[in-house]
Amino acid sequence: MNIHEYQARALLKAQGIPTLDGDVASTPTEAEAIARRLGGPVVIKAQVHAGGRGKAGGVRLVRSPGEALDHASEILGMKIKGLTVQKVLVVPAAEIASESYLGLIMDRETQRPVFMVSAAGGVDIEEVAAKTPEKIMRLAVDPTYGVFPHQALSLAFSLYRDFAQVKAAAKIVEQLYAAFVANGASLAEINPLVTTPDGRVLALDAKIVIDDNELFWRPDLGLLRDDTAEEPSEAAARRANLTFIKLDGNVGCVVNGAGLAMATMDLVKYYGGEPANFLDIGGSSNPEKVINALKIITSDPAVKAILFNIFGGITRTDDVANGIVAATRQFKVDVPIVIRLTGTNETEAIRILEGVGMRALSDMDQAVEQVVKLARGAA
Amino acid sequence: MSIFADESTRLLVQGITGREGSFHSRQMLEYGTQVVGGVTPGKGGQVFGGKVPVFNTVAEAAAATGANASVIYVPPMAAAAAIIEAADAGIRLVVCITEGIPVMHMSRTVPFVRARDVRLIGPNCPGLISPGARAKIGIIPGNICMPGRVGLVSRSGTLTYEVVNHLTRNDIGQSTCVGIGGDPIIGTDFIECLRAFEEDPGTDAIVMLGEIGGTDEQNAAEFVRTRVTKPVVGFIAGQTAPRGRRMGHAGAIISGSSGTAEEKLAAFEAAGIGVMRRPVDVVGLLKARL
Repeated sequence: MNIHEYQARALLKAQGIPTLDGDVASTPTEAEAIARRLGGPVVIKAQVHAGGRGKAGGVRLVRSPGEALDHASEILGMKIKGLTVQKVLVVPAAEIASESYLGLIMDRETQRPVFMVSAAGGVDIEEVAAKTPEKIMRLAVDPTYGVFPHQALSLAFSLYRDFAQVKAAAKIVEQLYAAFVANGASLAEINPLVTTPDGRVLALDAKIVIDDNELFWRPDLGLLRDDTAEEPSEAAARRANLTFIKLDGNVGCVVNGAGLAMATMDLVKYYGGEPANFLDIGGSSNPEKVINALKIITSDPAVKAILFNIFGGITRTDDVANGIVAATRQFKVDVPIVIRLTGTNETEAIRILEGVGMRALSDMDQAVEQVVKLARGAA
Repeated sequence: MSIFADESTRLLVQGITGREGSFHSRQMLEYGTQVVGGVTPGKGGQVFGGKVPVFNTVAEAAAATGANASVIYVPPMAAAAAIIEAADAGIRLVVCITEGIPVMHMSRTVPFVRARDVRLIGPNCPGLISPGARAKIGIIPGNICMPGRVGLVSRSGTLTYEVVNHLTRNDIGQSTCVGIGGDPIIGTDFIECLRAFEEDPGTDAIVMLGEIGGTDEQNAAEFVRTRVTKPVVGFIAGQTAPRGRRMGHAGAIISGSSGTAEEKLAAFEAAGIGVMRRPVDVVGLLKARL
């Protein structure tokens, strides 16, 4: 789960990481008031779940509260990579002597949290990693013990010569690790970590991604979710306990299991179609899930045909069939539905579907070819 | 012959009295698996299904039954602790079905089981099945499998069933089918399964079902190129997946430009692995190689 910069900043601050003063605003007048309180030039930063905010004009340096009002009204409501800016962060404009990168990710290869530190900060770290990997120092942490003081120091020494700054940065390394663990993060990043001309070390930006699996037992973290930053259909699916991702095609897909769902999308493409979504109804066979799935898919006007691909192992195919029948009774589905189901209780499922004049196929390729043709015919 | 699970497997079920645990315990017993005990703290002394004794702890259960394997169906917040308990009790094979374990928990758990030389399969996996030995640990439907000499290793559940179904319908039996799990941190990777299949005299060919995210398939391809003599065919799910999105499985995500299907398929081709463009291609590719 992504959270906003102002939220990540608060989580870092809670661990004692030094940041600039500042506050978040939802209206231009709020932004103006914050700028007045801070005094002097301020930076106004759009709060959206997207990189490249600066390039998109979502980060501005302004000289006065009046300018803050004008620029905040331009940024609020602006769209960055399709996302509407609802909030801005207003912080004092800092004088910067140097910019570095400090990040911590859960690394799959080492199966541990890994620090990445680079004196080449303030830029896209993926680019640095791709072009000049030698400029990044990496350090894997043993999660049983956490980051040791000597490890934090060695990372800090790779950034600074001045020992006071090294000590300050080492402390931030330990605090970043604490924030990572305390908030069930899969990524925590300060980019840039800056030094000021008077020698302070500060976090000027903050990014945290929270491991979705932590949300089951950490409702406090769930409160950080910004529903408005999500595709509305995806938010609706999440509330219905479905895993759904909207895509640009016209073939709606309802599948049980993530691997089969991906393979189904791929097969739609193989036969010349374009999938409209990824949707995993999961292992449970609750007919309610099928109804919700159909509601969400049919709300996308681009969808011209729908494919059910169910391999009944734990999922009972007769439950899915009942769900399809119940859904089509509840609301009208205007596009053709192709149903492929096989496995547990398939004879019963076929009987249920035939009872309302629907057919079921048992072969995945045949079903996909058919749905692709139907989507094309209706397009 | 088979890998990881065979006639000597004596299985405990952690979470046997729960909804999932009890349902799948019945299925495993019906298939023929030797389920020798169950564990649910506070329910020790009960008997499950008229014949399986339930214990309060894994250590107690292992001592009383001589169990050498355990399968875990406990909720996500307690699952990592259940894995550690099993490893601590001397269980040699631990299979964790549970989906939704925080990755930080697994980051601490995997080194714990490794240090004790315990094989952990999963989490977030369908488990494994060795049809010739009537040994099923987990949730793979037994009726779609048949005994034979093809080994299968996969990161997914229902996609595995789809492919196994094609095999069985074409009279290609399986030695063992292993689902290694869809999480970013798992106990057993493709390479460890490939090595076991290569060494298993009961396996003649290997099917690998991968997906987007991470580098496990690329590393496995390199292992196949240098160390595997048996024919291998493979599939990568997620060719149409957008970047940066978690496709159901926590581990199925393209981060930046790494972990794409193209990258993995290129690694397969470079290693001489027969590339399945569709699940059904498994049949033709295997028949051409056996």
